[in-house]
Amino acid sequence: MSRTLFEKIWDSHVVVQQDDGHSLLYIDRHLVHEVTSPQAFDGLRMNKRKVRRPDLTFATMDHNVPTSDRSLPIIDQISARQIQVLEKNCKDFGIELFDIHSPNQGIVHVIGPELGITLPGTTIVCGDSHTSTHGAFGALAFGIGTSDVEHVLATQCIWMEKPKTFEIKVEGKRKNSHAITAKDIILSIIKQIGTAGGTGTVIEYRGDTISDLTMEQRMTICNMSIEAGARAGLIAPDEKTFEYLRGRKYIPKNYEEFVNYWRENLKSDSGAHFDKNFTLYSDKISPQVSWGTNPAMTTDVTGTVPFPDEYAKGNPDEEKAAIKALQYMGLKPGTRMTDIPLDRVFIGSCTNSRLEDLIEASQVIKGKKILPKLRAMVVPGSQLVKKQAEQLGLDKIFKDAGFEWRESGCSMCLGMNPDILASGERCASTSNRNFEGRQGAGGRTHLVSPVMAAAAALAGHFVDVRELDLC
Amino acid sequence: MEPFKKIKSIATPLDKVNVDTDQIIPKQFLKLVQKTGFGKYLFYDWRFENGEKPREDFVLNNPKYYDSKILLTRDNFGCGSSREHAAWALLDYGFRVVISPSFADIFYNNCFKNGILPIKLDSQSIEKLFKNPSEMEVDLQNQTITTDDSTIPFEIESHRKKTLLEGLDDIAVTLQYEDKITQYEKSKAKL
Ligand code: SF4
Repeated sequence: MSRTLFEKIWDSHVVVQQDDGHSLLYIDRHLVHEVTSPQAFDGLRMNKRKVRRPDLTFATMDHNVPTSDRSLPIIDQISARQIQVLEKNCKDFGIELFDIHSPNQGIVHVIGPELGITLPGTTIVCGDSHTSTHGAFGALAFGIGTSDVEHVLATQCIWMEKPKTFEIKVEGKRKNSHAITAKDIILSIIKQIGTAGGTGTVIEYRGDTISDLTMEQRMTICNMSIEAGARAGLIAPDEKTFEYLRGRKYIPKNYEEFVNYWRENLKSDSGAHFDKNFTLYSDKISPQVSWGTNPAMTTDVTGTVPFPDEYAKGNPDEEKAAIKALQYMGLKPGTRMTDIPLDRVFIGSCTNSRLEDLIEASQVIKGKKILPKLRAMVVPGSQLVKKQAEQLGLDKIFKDAGFEWRESGCSMCLGMNPDILASGERCASTSNRNFEGRQGAGGRTHLVSPVMAAAAALAGHFVDVRELDLC
Repeated sequence: MEPFKKIKSIATPLDKVNVDTDQIIPKQFLKLVQKTGFGKYLFYDWRFENGEKPREDFVLNNPKYYDSKILLTRDNFGCGSSREHAAWALLDYGFRVVISPSFADIFYNNCFKNGILPIKLDSQSIEKLFKNPSEMEVDLQNQTITTDDSTIPFEIESHRKKTLLEGLDDIAVTLQYEDKITQYEKSKAKL
C-alpha cells in the first residue's frame, strides 16, 4: 500500500502498538534546554532513574540567556539559576551541553541542523513547540511538554496517537523571490487555514515552490507549522538536504550510505492518501504583515487593518477576538499597513535568524541608516551564525546602519531575558508569535520577514519591499 | 499523580477563543525550577493590573468562582508554546477539568500528565453550558457532565481515561516494555 513520508517514518519507529491506537515511539534525538527541563531531571532524581541514552541527548541554553557581553555575569539571578541547574543536570546525567561559552551555543532549533544532529528519517523531540523546524530535513520532529521530556530521558520513547496527515502544496514561481520569502509563504498559509487549521495533523509541504527553497528557507516554513496548530511539519529530503548536512560535526561516519538509503526511501509514494489537502499559489502572494494577536491575523503589506466583522466572516467568537486584538494593538480598522509607525525592529528567533536571513536583511540596509528614533537589533541564531556573519562583514553593515549586534539566543522572541518591549511599544519582528505580551507586557508585535523588518527599520513604518531594488 | 474520579464544582466561564499558553502563564514565570507555585501567576496579565490590583472585569476575580475546579472555555484552548507550566498553573490554582470545543495538541497531552481532564464537547453543548455555567458534576468513569437539568456525555480515549482514573505514572508503565525497547535498539541500524 502506498504510504506518506510521515507514515514511513512513523512505522519504522513504533516499538509497541496498542490495540487502542496508542503507540510507543522510539526517539532518535532529544534536544534539551534550560526552561522546560529542570522539573524533568528532578523527576528522574526523585525516582532514582537514569537517562537511558545520554548519547542521543543534546542540551543548550537559549531561552533566557542574555545577548549582551558573555564575559559578564548574568544579572538576573533566577535566569542564572536555571542555567546553573542545566549545567549540573547535564553533568550528573552525562549529557553533552553547549553552554553559554561554547562556540556551538545557540537557539536549539538553529544548532540542531547546523551541527548535523538533525537527520532525515529520524524522530526528534524537544520541550519546545518550534521543534517542528527540524521537519525541513525530513525528520519527524515535534514539541513535547516537560512530563514527556522526563519520559524520553528515562525511556528514549514517547506514547503517542498517530496524527493525521495534511498535504500542503505550494505551487508556482514567485515573481520576486527576494521580496516574497519563505516567511511570507508560511504566513499566507496560516492566514488561510487558521491557527487551528493543522491541529492533530503532521503537515507535509510539497510542490515546486518548496523544492525551490533553500534548506534555511524550508526551516522557516516548518518552524511555523505549530502556528497553524500542527504537531509537525515535514519536507521530503532531496539533494539540497544531503548537501547541507554533508561534513557537519555530528553526522554518522558512514554518511553516504545513509544518503543512499534516504534518497530511495524518504518520500511519499505516488498515490499516498492525505487526510487533508490545501494548495497555495506562491505567484499570487505579497509580503505579509500581521496586524493582530495571533499569526493568522495577517494581511498583505499593501492591505489595511481589517474591520473585525469582515475578518470574522460571520464567526462571532472570531469577531470578538479581532476587536480585542485591535484594542490591544492600538490599531484602527482601515489604516493602511504602510502607515503604521514603529518603535522597534527585531531580527532574530528560530524562524529567521540564520545566515541567509541576515544576508538578505543586510542587503536592504547596506550603506543606509535606520530612523534615529527607532531601536533595532539583530540577534543571530547561534554562535556559528554570528561568526559566519562577521566573516562576511555583516556585523559592520548592521552596526553602521544603527542596529545593535548581539550574542545568540531567543532574546526578544519571547523576552525571557532583558531584551523586551516596553508597554505600548510597537515592533516589526521576524519571530513567530504576536501573542499579547509575548515580547514584553503590553508590547505590540508585527510578524514580518527579515527583508521587511530591515526595510521598516529604515523607513520607521512598513514598506512594500517589492518596490526596493533587491538582489 | 492524584487519581481522578468525580469533580463537583461551579464552572468558571472564560469566554475567549484561541487562549494561548503565553496568556495562561506569561514567560516571566517560567524561570522556576519546580512544578508547584504557579497558580498565583495563572492568567497573570488578565487577572492583575500592573501585577497587583485584581481586575474586576476578569472572570477569575469574581468571588462566585473562587473555588471553581472546572474551566469552561472556547475553541483552540492552550495553543502556542509547549510549556507544561500552563497545566501546572491551572492545577495549582485548583482547576481539574477544562471544557472546550477544541484544544491544541501539546496542551491537551500535558493535561493528562498532570491529572487534569480536558473535555472536548460539541459547540452546541458548550453554548448551553455557557448560558448557565452553574454547579456541575464531572464523572470520568461514566464519562458524563451532569448539571441541574441535563446530563451530557463526553468522549475520551480509553488509555487516557485509565491513566487518569488510576493516577498512573507513565514512565513506570513504559518501563514494563523495557525489553521491547532494547530489542528495537538492537534491530535498528545505528544512527
Ligand atoms: S527563538 Fe522563540 S520560538 Fe524559537 S525556541 Fe526561542 S523562544 Fe521559542
